[in-house]
Amino acid sequence: MRKTPLVERVRLLGRSGLDVLEALGRSTLFLLHVLVGRNGAGSFLPLLVKQLYAVGVLSLAIIIVSGIFIGMVLALQGYNILVDFASEEAVGQMVALTLLRELGPVVTALLFAGRAGSALTAEIGNMKSTEQLSSLEMIGVDPLKYIIAPRLWAGFISMPLLSAIFTVVGIWGGAMVAVDWLGVYEGSYWGNMQRSVEFQGDVLNGVIKSLVFAVVVTWIAVFQGYDCEPTSEGISRATTRTVVYASLAVLGLDFILTALMFGDF
Amino acid sequence: MSSDNAYAVELKGVTFKRGTRTIFDKVDLAFPRGKVTGIMGPSGCGKTTLLRLIGAQLRPASGAVIVNGQNLPDLSRNELFDMRKQMGVLFQSGALFTDLDVFENVAFPLRVHTSLPEEMIRDIVLMKLQAVGLRGAIELMPDELSGGMKRRVALARAIALDPQILMYDEPFVGQDPIALGVLVRLIRLLNDALGLTSIVVSHDLAETASIADYLYVVGDTQVLGHGTPAELMESDNPRIRQFMQGIADGPVPFHFPAADYRRDLLGDA
Repeated sequence: MRKTPLVERVRLLGRSGLDVLEALGRSTLFLLHVLVGRNGAGSFLPLLVKQLYAVGVLSLAIIIVSGIFIGMVLALQGYNILVDFASEEAVGQMVALTLLRELGPVVTALLFAGRAGSALTAEIGNMKSTEQLSSLEMIGVDPLKYIIAPRLWAGFISMPLLSAIFTVVGIWGGAMVAVDWLGVYEGSYWGNMQRSVEFQGDVLNGVIKSLVFAVVVTWIAVFQGYDCEPTSEGISRATTRTVVYASLAVLGLDFILTALMFGDF
Repeated sequence: MSSDNAYAVELKGVTFKRGTRTIFDKVDLAFPRGKVTGIMGPSGCGKTTLLRLIGAQLRPASGAVIVNGQNLPDLSRNELFDMRKQMGVLFQSGALFTDLDVFENVAFPLRVHTSLPEEMIRDIVLMKLQAVGLRGAIELMPDELSGGMKRRVALARAIALDPQILMYDEPFVGQDPIALGVLVRLIRLLNDALGLTSIVVSHDLAETASIADYLYVVGDTQVLGHGTPAELMESDNPRIRQFMQGIADGPVPFHFPAADYRRDLLGDA
């Protein structure tokens, strides 16, 4: 195999760097166009409600089932560790803090990217490949306002709510395992939780995380759909990119946000 | 202003590039008001790109695209969306909204751009669908329609707001003879009845020549020739003659450029 000259490799590296910057610029302009400016296509509310149903309500099943199981596993593992130190009464506090600060926002965002994000990308990509977006433009309706904006807002609104639901059912799942199965005293489970969870430090920070993830995941999903190559292969690659980019962005941002919120700087 | 009135759409010195590839190099085209003008040329020569330039979905690298006296590249995004209300496009796939039924597809432009009462919207939709012969199909979903019916519904939607300019992107591709006959008749009929300016992009020679008042033949980044169908049939230009008469080999070669055939088969021996 022919060896690529060093200069060529440097050129390719520079090229890919420029491509990344260009995509970032394009996606930022895209977001601004969606969020700013007039909405020329009648009432926004019915479009938003329809998308809240598609993006939020239809994601409820996976969020609730995952939340229960994760809460149950957390309680089980927490109990097994804490029981060695005779501190199994603190399992409620552990489950609640883990879910509120970390697993609630992060796992919800990852599940949302897989369930709703991929569907958004595929739907918008398919509209592009069947010329529905072009057709809207030529009817004089801006697809950024009519198609993209309701989906984006639906994601922004529904993900924090889904995250809250995930956390609540996770805590219930934990109670089922810890209290009903492993015999932790019910008063300790709930009482320790109530004493240790702070509204601002834990609940609010979790909500902030979830809002940030909502923006990032939904933005990636709608942009990948809008920007994809309008072929079957292009749509499939864009859908994969949505899940991969969104998951990596969530995990990376989670570390940064955790460091800012809970790091002792 | 007189030229504005005579021509609904004019392209002056338009250059368009995709990456480094030049699709059009300083082309001039003018589309007379009230006429059916055909744009013909081999597949992949940029005919659809030309429609997208007129619809301002693409911006030229240089040159002017003038629609009803306004240069589209100078308009803001919002002004463009307003300008597009004067245009209708029939896309190759029909591009119907798959989550809306036939009635709602045709009613869509009326709902977003007018505040007409529901009864009036219903009457207009029924009239537009009657014009394309599909009034009986109002409750069907797009996936229940044949290819020809989809295009007719899309045509009804394109004329819902009574545009001044109607563009057709390859309207005859993949149609059975009956659907083809219906479309050919409809394009001419709508043009004359509604006083439209119609632009038909196609490589189907017989159908386009049968309804067009004027034809442009494009290819190789240039306008190869223009004139009435009869004038182009008689053209001395070998490239136009090859296209108009459907000759397989000529200035546009049958073979994609390749190495010597004998050497490819037998090797260097």
